Amino acid sequence: MDGWWKKNPFYVEYMVHEGTALFVAAYAITLLVGLVRLGQGEAAWNGWLAAMQNPLSVVCHLAILVAIAYHAFTWFKLFPLTMPPIVVNGKRVEPGVVVGSGWTAAVVVGLALLGLVWRIAA
Amino acid sequence: MKTRKRSNAPIFWGLFGAGGMIAALVGPMLVFITGIAVPLGILLPADTMSYPKMLAFAQNFIGKGFIFVVISLFLWHAAHRIFHSLHEIGIHAGFGAKLLCYGVAFAATVISAVVLLGLGF
Amino acid sequence: MALPAKKQTRKGKNPMSETQKIIEIEVLRYLPESDQAPHSEVYKVPFTDDMSVLQGAQYIKDHFDGSLTFRWSCRMAICGSCGMMINGIPKLSCETFIRDYYPNRISIEALANFPIEKDLVVDLSGFIEKLESIQPYIIPKEPRTLAQGEYIQTPAQFAEYIQFTSCINCTLCYAACPQVGLNPDFIGPAAMALLHRYNMDSRDGGQAQRMELVASEEGVYNCSAVGYCSEVCPKHVDPGNAVNVNKINAAKDYFLRFLSPKGGSK
Repeated sequence: MDGWWKKNPFYVEYMVHEGTALFVAAYAITLLVGLVRLGQGEAAWNGWLAAMQNPLSVVCHLAILVAIAYHAFTWFKLFPLTMPPIVVNGKRVEPGVVVGSGWTAAVVVGLALLGLVWRIAA
Repeated sequence: MKTRKRSNAPIFWGLFGAGGMIAALVGPMLVFITGIAVPLGILLPADTMSYPKMLAFAQNFIGKGFIFVVISLFLWHAAHRIFHSLHEIGIHAGFGAKLLCYGVAFAATVISAVVLLGLGF
Repeated sequence: MALPAKKQTRKGKNPMSETQKIIEIEVLRYLPESDQAPHSEVYKVPFTDDMSVLQGAQYIKDHFDGSLTFRWSCRMAICGSCGMMINGIPKLSCETFIRDYYPNRISIEALANFPIEKDLVVDLSGFIEKLESIQPYIIPKEPRTLAQGEYIQTPAQFAEYIQFTSCINCTLCYAACPQVGLNPDFIGPAAMALLHRYNMDSRDGGQAQRMELVASEEGVYNCSAVGYCSEVCPKHVDPGNAVNVNKINAAKDYFLRFLSPKGGSK
C-alpha cells in the first residue's frame, strides 16, 4: 500500500482536499491564540492584532484562504456522494443542482458575514 | 453468530461533519476578514477588530457562541481528517496519534469555553 | 477543385493492405506452483481497432502462453468476471479497448486489494463472505401469508432502491477503495450497495438487523469518502453513496439507541 495515493490523479486530489485540514487547524489555532490574548486585556490583544499585520502573517493567511476555499469547493462537490437523494415535488434533485446550491450558499453566507461585520464595525 | 464491536466513530464523524460544514460556509470569509482585510485596512474600517469592539462581541451571547463554535468545530474537523490522513500515508501511530489529534481539539474546546466565560457578559 | 486522395478503406478489416499494428501488453504473471513471486512478462500482440484488452489477453493465451489464466464470460460488461488493473486503473477488460492505449504499452495486473490466486485471478472468497454477511434477501416487516397476495410497490418506492440492484459483483470498487486496501475487514462498497438495496426496498423490514454490521468496526466508518469506488463502477451503482448515506443512519442509531423502547440494534 506504500505511496498508494501517488499512483493515481484521483487519489492525489483526494489527499490534497484532505490536506486542507492542516490549514483549517492552523487558522483555528490562530483564532484561539487571539481569543486568549483578548482575555488577557487590551495590550495583549493589540499585540495579536499587530502580529496579524506582519507580512508573513498576511501571506500565510492568503495560503489558508486558498486552502479553506478549496475545502469549501470540494466539500459541496462531494454532496452527491455523501448525501441521500434530495426529493422536491416527487422528483430527485439533479446532482449538479445540489452541488451548485451548496456553492451558492457558501457565497451568500460569506457575503452576508462581510455585510454583517461591515455594519457592526461602522 | 459473530458478535461485532460497535464503533464509536459517530461521535468524531459527527463533529467532523459539523466542523466541515461551518468551515465551508464561513471559513473563507472569516480568513479574509481577520487575516487579510482588517490587517491591511481593505474594505473594512481599520478599527473593525479594535479591543472595545471585539470585547463587546465576545461578551455578547451570540458572539460567544460564534467564536466557540468556529474554534472548536474547526479543530474537531481538522483533528478527524488529520488523524485519518496519517493512517492513509502509512503512519499507523495508533492511540497516541488519536490522543494527540483529538486532544488538541478537546483542549481548544475547553480553553475557548473558559476564556469566553471568563470575559463575562 | 481537386478531390482528396482516397484513403485506405475498411481499416482493420484487411490487414494485408496496411501494416499490422502491434501493441505491447505487459502482464503480471504468477503461477503459484512454480513462482516465488509475481513477475512481469511483455507480449507483442497484433491488434485491430475493435479489439478489447480481454481479447488481447485471449490472444496471448492462444498464441504465446497457454498457461495465462484469467476470468471472463459474457465479454459484454454484464457478468462482472473480467475485472483487472489496466495501467493501474480497475476496469472491465471486455469494455476497455486496445486502440485507446496504442502506441503506449498496456500493463495488466490482477485486481488490487485481493490475494492473487494465479496470474489475473484473485481470491474472491472474502468478498463472497461479505456479501453473505449483510443478509441479502427481503426480511419481511411482519409475517405474511400467500393469501395476502403480492406486495404493492409504487414507482416512487421502486426508484429508491433500483439503482443499487445493478451491481454485477465485478469488485472493481474493492480494487479502487484505499480503505479496503488498508483494512481488508472493511465490509466495502459493493456489500454496502447490496445492503442498502434491501434496506431501501419498501418490502423489507430488516434495517435494525443489518445495522449491527453497518455500525461495527468493519462497517461504514472505515470509509473516508474518497469516492473512487463510484467513479470506477461500470454499472453506475454509486456504491460510495450507499456507504456514506449509511454513516448518517448509523449515527442516528448510535445516538438514539437508548430512546427506542426496543433499544434499536444492539
